[in-house]
This record gives sequence, structure tokens and C-alpha cells, in this order.
Amino acid sequence: MKVDISKLLQKKKTQILERWMTNQMADEILREDLISNEGLRNQSEELLTKLVKLVNDKNITDVQSPDFDPIVEILAGISHSRARQGFSPRETGFYIFSLKDALLETLQEEVKNDPSALYEITLKVSKLLDSFSISTFETFIKGREEVILRQTDEIAEISTPVIRVWDGILALPIIGTLDSARTQVVMENLLQEIVESGSGIAILDISGVPAVDSLVAQHLIKTVSATRLMGAECIISGIRPEIAQTVVQLGIDLSNIITKASLASALKHAFSMLRLEVKKSTKENFSL
Amino acid sequence: MDRIPILQMGKFLLVTIQVDLYDRLALNLETDLAQMVYKTGARGVLIDISALSIVDSFMGRIIGNIGTMSKIMDAETVLVGMQPAVAITLVELGLELKGVSTALNVEKGMLLLRNKIDSFSETDIEEQDDSSAE
Repeated sequence: MKVDISKLLQKKKTQILERWMTNQMADEILREDLISNEGLRNQSEELLTKLVKLVNDKNITDVQSPDFDPIVEILAGISHSRARQGFSPRETGFYIFSLKDALLETLQEEVKNDPSALYEITLKVSKLLDSFSISTFETFIKGREEVILRQTDEIAEISTPVIRVWDGILALPIIGTLDSARTQVVMENLLQEIVESGSGIAILDISGVPAVDSLVAQHLIKTVSATRLMGAECIISGIRPEIAQTVVQLGIDLSNIITKASLASALKHAFSMLRLEVKKSTKENFSL
Repeated sequence: MDRIPILQMGKFLLVTIQVDLYDRLALNLETDLAQMVYKTGARGVLIDISALSIVDSFMGRIIGNIGTMSKIMDAETVLVGMQPAVAITLVELGLELKGVSTALNVEKGMLLLRNKIDSFSETDIEEQDDSSAE
């Protein structure tokens, strides 16, 4: 006996939807805080309608068939929005797997007299839905990756502030790892600010950089050279003992660059370069 | 043929590059500047490149050449007003223009030149004093 899958599904559509909804509700990980019952039902119904309409005996074995493109699209949309809403991968995966359960249960009831036909149709349906769930995961992860990328950009943007410490002195605290892309941003920001403010001295504070390897040192040297070409002097400050050790062990030559242990001593040096003096006030009645 | 004007201001020569340099123009500038330094006996050369937005390795080398050239003719070279993009390009190309002094703008460049030449002439006098005392 041959099972006409498309007719069967059309006939049993409401039943499948009910089963699917029950399955989804039964699970304790249902996130009512993230999506309303109503919303979930509409979403599920839309997907099932599409599936029932598109699936037929011919394309059920061919999971790559272009017939399923609309379904993959809907799934992509769902998992994309779920990734951004903060659903866990388990919850998103469960959405598809509960549909598979509902379908299989219905099939079992309908075709229970013929085990070989049941086996055949079960295999097909299960393959099709597995492929759907894989594509769901793919887009789910893609959605998450987009979030990560956006955050990385944001961090890169906010983590390179150029501060005017004094008239003619700029400071640039670097926090986090210094890679090529970031050096570029740091360099551009610093040079732009030098032009805008006409500052003659820039202090590069690396106390927030976790580790300095030869590549990072290379980047630092580049930044210093570029500032020199612009006509400003660059001081590197915040050299921690560990960093000093690694720099020496790696044989990096920083002798052409003014280096200071702390931002305070760098500032002091900058003051002396500008022939400025900081004096303690002798009067008691200073005003703030 | 296009030429970049070289202005004389007392002991200094002033070159402002207002157009994008092409190779021929840069080579001409190099020759002209050497001639001018020789003719006027200038003590300092100030090159303003604030309008220069594009620089390649050839231009970088020419600028470096001008610096070294003036130096052996006893004239200090100060390069002023380099654009950030130009500075980054030069560093990426590995041209750090050693031997050429830089300043942010013409005013600071002039101050730097004066300081350099003053300090040189002071040491000259001191040395003379020393020798006369002995």
C-alpha cells in the first residue's frame, strides 16, 4: 500500500497542529516570557500550512529540492529572531523536533496496518525534518555570530578614547589586546586628534594591555613612528614588570622610544618637555 | 613645465606643496632645492605638505632624499603638516624618514628650525671661545 503523504497531511493538518502545540506546551522549557502563546501558535500554524502545501510524494525524498525554499526561509526568519530574542539553541531545536514528533505520531495512527509502509514514510518524514532542523541551527548560529560581530565592533569603537590631559598633551589608554585592526583604529584616532588639537605630545598608556608579543610591539612602534612623522612626540607608559620582561626576552628594541613605567611619570616627562612646572600652592586659602 | 616655488625667508627656504605631486614634479623639486640651498646658503628648509593627501614609496624616498641632501649641505629640514593618512602610509611602507625633523604646523616648524640653528650657532661660538682661551 502506498501512502499519499500530501493528502494525508492535508486531512490531518489540524490534528498535527494540535499535537504540535501540546508537545510544545508540555515541555517545561517553554519560554512564555519571550514569546506569547498566541504568537507561538500563529508562527507554528504558518509553518505547518506551508509544509502541508509544499510537500508531495516526489519531493519528500529530495531534501535539497527548491520546493522547500519557502519553508527554509520561514525557519531562517524564526531562528534568526529567536537568536536575537535570547532563546537557547535547545529551545529553538525543540521547536522543530516537536513538530517531527507530532507528524510521526499522526503517521503511526494513520498507517498502523502496514508496517513496511509506515517504516518507509517515517524514514522519509524524519529525514526531511532533520534537514530542516539542521538549517535552523545554521541560521541560529549565524544570528548569534552577527550579535557577536556587532558587539566586537562596538567595543573596538568605544575602547579607543583619546583624552586631552593638558593643553598640548594627549593621552590614549589602550585596554585589551592590540591586533592589527585595532592598531589601525587607534592610530587613526590618535593622529586625527593630534591634527585637530595641535598637540605636540601623545602618551600611549598600555597598562590595560594583557600581553605584549613581538606583533603587538611592532604595532606600537608603528604608531609611535606615525606620530613622529606628524611632528609630535610619543611616550609609551604603563609598562608593567611582566611586559618589560617579555619585551627584553623577545629582543624587541624600544630604545628609540621614550618609555615610562606609569602614566604619572609620563605626564611629568611631558610637562618637562613643554617646560611646565607643577608647584604646590603656598597659600592655604585656595579656591576650587 | 610645472615647478614648485621655493621661497626664501632670511636664512630659511620655504616650500609649500599645494598640488598632488607626480614623479616628474618631485624630481624637479629635488634638483631645484639642491640648487637653491647652494645658491642662497640657507641654514634651514621648511617643507609644508599639508595639502598632500596621497603619497607613495617613491614620494617618500624623495622626501627622505631632500632631507639628507640638505643635511650634507648644512641645512636642517623640517617637514610640517603631514596628514594622518600620509603618516600611516609611510609607516606601513617602512619609510620612517630618519634624519628629517617633523612638526605639526608651519608655526611650530619655524620655531623648531630657529631653535636648531640657534643652538648650533651657540655651540660654534662656545667652541671658538674655548679655542681662543687656550
